[in-house]
Amino acid sequence: MLGRLTWAAIPLDQPLPLYAMGVVVLGILAVLAIVTVKGWWPYLWREWLTSVDHKRIGVMYFALGLVMLLRGYSDAIMMRSQQAIAVGDAQGYLPPDHYDQIFSAHGTIMIFFVAMPLVIGLMNFAVPLQLGVRDVAFPVLNSVSFWLTASGALLINVSLVIGSFARTGWMGYPPLSELAFSPDEGVDYYLWSLQISGIGTLLTGVNFVTTILKLRAPGMTYFRMPVFCWTALAANLLIVAAFPILTATFVMLLLDRYLGMHFFTNNAGGNQMMYVNLFWAWGHPEVYILILPVFGVFSEVVATFSGKGLFSYRSMVLATLGICILSFMVWLHHFFTMGAGADVNAFFGIMSSIIAVPTGVKVFNWLFTMFRGRIVFKTPMLFAIGFIITFVIGGLTGVLLAVPPVDFVLHNSVFLVAHFHNVIIGGVVFGVLAGYNYWFPKAFGFTLDERFGKASFWCWLIGFYLAFMPLYVLGLHGMTRRLQHISDPSWQPLLLVAELGAVVIFLGILCQAAQLYVSIRTREQRLDLTGDPWNGRTLEWSTSSPPPAYNFAVLPRVETIDAFWEIKRRGLTPVEPVYEPIEMPRNSPTGFIIAFFAVVTGFALIWFIWWIVILGLLAAAVTVLVSGWSDTREHEISATELARLEQARLGLGRPA
Amino acid sequence: MTIATIDTVPTAVPTELARGRGGGGPAPKRIVVAYGFWIFILSDIVMFSGMFAAYAVLSGNTARGPTGRELFDLRNVFIETMCLLFSSYTCGLGALSAERRQSGRFLIFAALTFVLGAAFLVIECSEFAGMVGKGAGPSRSGFLSSFFTLVGTHGVHVTGGLLWLIYLVAQVVAKGLRAAVLRRLLCWSLFWHALDIVWVGVFTLVYLMGDFR
Repeated sequence: MLGRLTWAAIPLDQPLPLYAMGVVVLGILAVLAIVTVKGWWPYLWREWLTSVDHKRIGVMYFALGLVMLLRGYSDAIMMRSQQAIAVGDAQGYLPPDHYDQIFSAHGTIMIFFVAMPLVIGLMNFAVPLQLGVRDVAFPVLNSVSFWLTASGALLINVSLVIGSFARTGWMGYPPLSELAFSPDEGVDYYLWSLQISGIGTLLTGVNFVTTILKLRAPGMTYFRMPVFCWTALAANLLIVAAFPILTATFVMLLLDRYLGMHFFTNNAGGNQMMYVNLFWAWGHPEVYILILPVFGVFSEVVATFSGKGLFSYRSMVLATLGICILSFMVWLHHFFTMGAGADVNAFFGIMSSIIAVPTGVKVFNWLFTMFRGRIVFKTPMLFAIGFIITFVIGGLTGVLLAVPPVDFVLHNSVFLVAHFHNVIIGGVVFGVLAGYNYWFPKAFGFTLDERFGKASFWCWLIGFYLAFMPLYVLGLHGMTRRLQHISDPSWQPLLLVAELGAVVIFLGILCQAAQLYVSIRTREQRLDLTGDPWNGRTLEWSTSSPPPAYNFAVLPRVETIDAFWEIKRRGLTPVEPVYEPIEMPRNSPTGFIIAFFAVVTGFALIWFIWWIVILGLLAAAVTVLVSGWSDTREHEISATELARLEQARLGLGRPA
Repeated sequence: MTIATIDTVPTAVPTELARGRGGGGPAPKRIVVAYGFWIFILSDIVMFSGMFAAYAVLSGNTARGPTGRELFDLRNVFIETMCLLFSSYTCGLGALSAERRQSGRFLIFAALTFVLGAAFLVIECSEFAGMVGKGAGPSRSGFLSSFFTLVGTHGVHVTGGLLWLIYLVAQVVAKGLRAAVLRRLLCWSLFWHALDIVWVGVFTLVYLMGDFR
């Protein structure tokens, strides 16, 4: 009746996971109770859960990413603490089985459920506004994408309470991830949560490529698009081209595990290295899916806070597209030690070094943009400067690792761990935090507190260096990654420094929480009435903060790059707009309902409860059929209604 | 001029600008929908290419089990291929009738397409059943795992396409060939033709090359 699900799946005998799950379950129940008591459900359902507004969906993506960041961080501090104390005779507090689950969950969560939602959240919020249009190409599909991502996140957290997670690392390499060596549900949690969220990500890619290439304000030719839109385009092209490879690879591993096939098994003609190749054929482009959009964020931030146009816009665009193509030609550098031979390794080593060239072009563009600019040191700009310095260091260690003989020495060491945290924290995390501080006033109509913002920046920056520079040294000393116990006591001092760094990063996270709290409490004093708090350059600053649901009552006409800056420079006075009726997408519960059945089906698949699998799939299919029948997905706002809305909004929000 | 109404309301922007490098504002909805679906099909083809790659790697790994040459019946596969290719032809004729708002002709061609697609599936299923009966099921060897997965994924797509066709025919019958239904039919026919393209790859790389290996 319930497949392999029994009471034994709940770890009643292990105190640590039990406390963790108790806290999480109590937290969720408390939130649900507050929402119910306060009677917020109708509001939440109407304005958020069923919303297809790209701005709302962007905010929800971002919130999901921040919540999951706390989960991923908890895993990180647990690992750092274990390594700091489990030295010599001490065994620490985490048994190997639990420790292995933690490092697997940390990687999986940080990549798929923190970095991806944060980056996709920023793209959702900003891209249609920057393009000067009213929504993405397929608004309902956008909601489906978000809710499928949230489903995957939920499913991976269920593994905290019911059963266990994979012990294979976040890449899930076979043969360890095969049934013979991981017979329980851990790897299945990993595979199904990533398959479900992967479908959501793929649909996001399709949606945004179509939006950027087919929906832009009149006059916005390709070379008038803001750089963030270019980088979002490149990232979404990579999603479309790379995520299906991951889907296919996981399908193969699932077939091995569920139907006894032999794609990656040790026997009957399976080939483990094929998994590693396929995984990184997705995995390396994935790195650029994460970093390219934040390159776009930094381009916007650096230009805005330097008061200058971006230096050499065209070379920035070409560098972005160059990286987009090159990112598919370097995947083998993740496993030089496979034994592909000197020629193959040399090719991929050279390609990996070459990809640093367009990235270098970008760094010089940002530096020259700042050169002789009037730099305003607001929080986003601090993150940008911290990023440039930190990312260059991470890039250099990357080029070092791209040299095959060096890689043979450093492979699988904490030097590598330090390298990719260097580029992911110094790049992606700094970027999304810059974007968060930059676009928050646009989303909510008031600015974030600068003091806590800057404090958060310094904690992140210093915490990062304290946490990861020691790992470079330890890696050179030969410390491999994922050690549950440290046998060499001479490594302990540096591991304690790394632990301290992790604590300082936590202070940064606390500062962010305080920043949000203080800013909400004092929002009346920090209202953004102009819609343009930073003296911005691109079209999102030309509408009010927050923008109306339709973004622009009349679509802007674009004549140059940095369209809004040009309008301000010429001192154009707004003419009395001529309103025409517009159509806006209606709210739709489709995404939420499909995601609900996706969670149910995924859970049933993990635990072999086949009758629920069938029911769940049928219900999801019926939802799609019902939604696909409808011909009334839009509602019209008439010209007079639009004029009334605009008068009410501008009269209130902006002094005339 | 708006995103959503552009194919029903005359626009201020000349239509020639709405194409190409896109200085002309948001494209009409029909173009947006078909373009988006094309991108989706491309992603689907990338997924198939992952499975083709796996087949290419594993096709020799028979683990002392049967090889493709021993298992494939090219005569059957040829009939199967013809069914699918002709279904693409009838699908094209159906799309033309739909564009001309000839719902009677459209329904005839849709029925023909369905019958040909179903015939393809029946032949494929009997081939699979025969192989499993001979002890050459997907868990026999790496080669057979990748064979069943690649060909079976295509078969699942064909099945989905047929169910989708039934659903769209129901929409045509219930609502007539209005703009929204025509857009969905356009996506469906793009999907159906794409399955043909994938099958050409399967026929060549799996069956023909497998037989001459």
